[in-house]
Amino acid sequence: MTVTATVPKLQLSGLNKSFGRGDKRIQVLRDIDLSLADNEFVSLVGTSGCGKSTLLSIVAGLEDFDSGTLSVDGAPVTGPGLDRGVVFQSYTLLPWLTAQGNVEFALKAAGYGAGERRDIAREHIELVKLTKFANAYPSELSGGMKQRVAIARALSYRPKMLLMDEPFGALDALTRHQMQELLTRIWEEHRLTVLFVTHDVEEAVYLSDRIVVMGIGPGCIKQTFDVDLSRPREPDSASSAEFIDLQREVLRSIREESLKVELA
Amino acid sequence: MLRPLEPVGRSSRIVLGIAFFVLFVALWAFATFGGYVSRTFLADPLTMVSDGWNLLTVQGFSQDILVTVGRVLGGFALAAVIAVPLGILMGAYKPVEAFLEPFVSFARYLPASAFIPLLILWAGIGEMQKILVIFIGSVFNIILMVAVAVGHTRRDLMEAAYTLGSSDTGVVRRVMMPANAPEIAEILRLVLGWAWTYVIVAELIGSSSGIGYMIINSQALLATGQIIFGIIVIGIIGLISDFLFKAINRRLFRWRFA
Repeated sequence: MTVTATVPKLQLSGLNKSFGRGDKRIQVLRDIDLSLADNEFVSLVGTSGCGKSTLLSIVAGLEDFDSGTLSVDGAPVTGPGLDRGVVFQSYTLLPWLTAQGNVEFALKAAGYGAGERRDIAREHIELVKLTKFANAYPSELSGGMKQRVAIARALSYRPKMLLMDEPFGALDALTRHQMQELLTRIWEEHRLTVLFVTHDVEEAVYLSDRIVVMGIGPGCIKQTFDVDLSRPREPDSASSAEFIDLQREVLRSIREESLKVELA
Repeated sequence: MLRPLEPVGRSSRIVLGIAFFVLFVALWAFATFGGYVSRTFLADPLTMVSDGWNLLTVQGFSQDILVTVGRVLGGFALAAVIAVPLGILMGAYKPVEAFLEPFVSFARYLPASAFIPLLILWAGIGEMQKILVIFIGSVFNIILMVAVAVGHTRRDLMEAAYTLGSSDTGVVRRVMMPANAPEIAEILRLVLGWAWTYVIVAELIGSSSGIGYMIINSQALLATGQIIFGIIVIGIIGLISDFLFKAINRRLFRWRFA
């Protein structure tokens, strides 16, 4: 394990990305340098349009990039793969499969046999506390339940890291808090490298070890904050002075960027 | 008062639905029994029923019905077996679409009935000719409609499947196909309805059996009761097949109705 300790879990360096071609070409990400250590929980925040979701798509292998390097455990990323689990903002459960079937979907691609698939899926559905709904179709589940299944699905095949793109963005405030607690609990128990995109600063502070603020025009890494709050994090953590101070600092950093856009 | 989109109760819905049939038959009876329309041109409802009974019990019309149903199913099944896979390929892979779409779009507008004289020359007036008419009328429509449905598969579901380890063919097989299966079944239900009109036209023009043959035969005999009975039979069979299709779809695609 000494070898993996020296190589970051995820490493991006000098990464550039543009959309369009010719005169209409617009650079959306410039010179992104970012690395995540093993089992680190990092949130990516920034004003809308800063390219944080694009960056996550690139890491997921769903979007290509112009130049720079991107590697997981030192190996270059060439496309989507089972070494990275992804949870999207939109509900991406396959509607014709039950909760159980959705979790088994990836296990089948990973080559597990039928019995193993069933057991592993059941275990992960239990992890997100949905055992009673294992045989329900997505249309029978609430938004929060769908995202819990999506998390179970992304964890089931033991990816090296979890990529989450505003996974709780479409949920109501109460459900969102429950999901944050659930995710924190799972993370604190099982430990995993997570790259989490959000526009909710409180959420970022509550969940993360480190918060990366992105700047705009084109998207770049602006500032990094270490979150030195103790773990396990409790719902009450959000009312501590440290928490609120940090939240304020991160917000100020983001706001500077939004002002740039408004003044431009 | 009538309010826009205000739902109607179950029993009133049934009563209203039946009421129109009653009104329709009443008008028909009024026009014929009242002597407003010549009996030569339009039989009254009772004559239609007795002609129909005679057709079924004496003239062996049930055999004709079976023949026609067999032709529709044969031609339609052949079209579906070829068109659905082609439509899926066209919807999933853009080069296949670029290759086939212009021709299929053009061929779709070729009226199947206009091929009948040509098909009679090629295939005679046997079963093959009827099946080919239905085939030509159905196949291009199914290809295009399936391709459009498959081409509109939710992008985020496909991306999710890629992150879950699916290969390119895996995404077609495990996402694009199941995601669009209900849509494809619905397309088949629709096109089967159209296939009915093609078979009758084919039977009107050159045939010695089937519902369309009975209808054209009855024209020579001025047996308007029989013609109307034949048309009603087609309508009823259409309703039944529609109902069966819907019931099967609801059972197969429970996830959609859950």
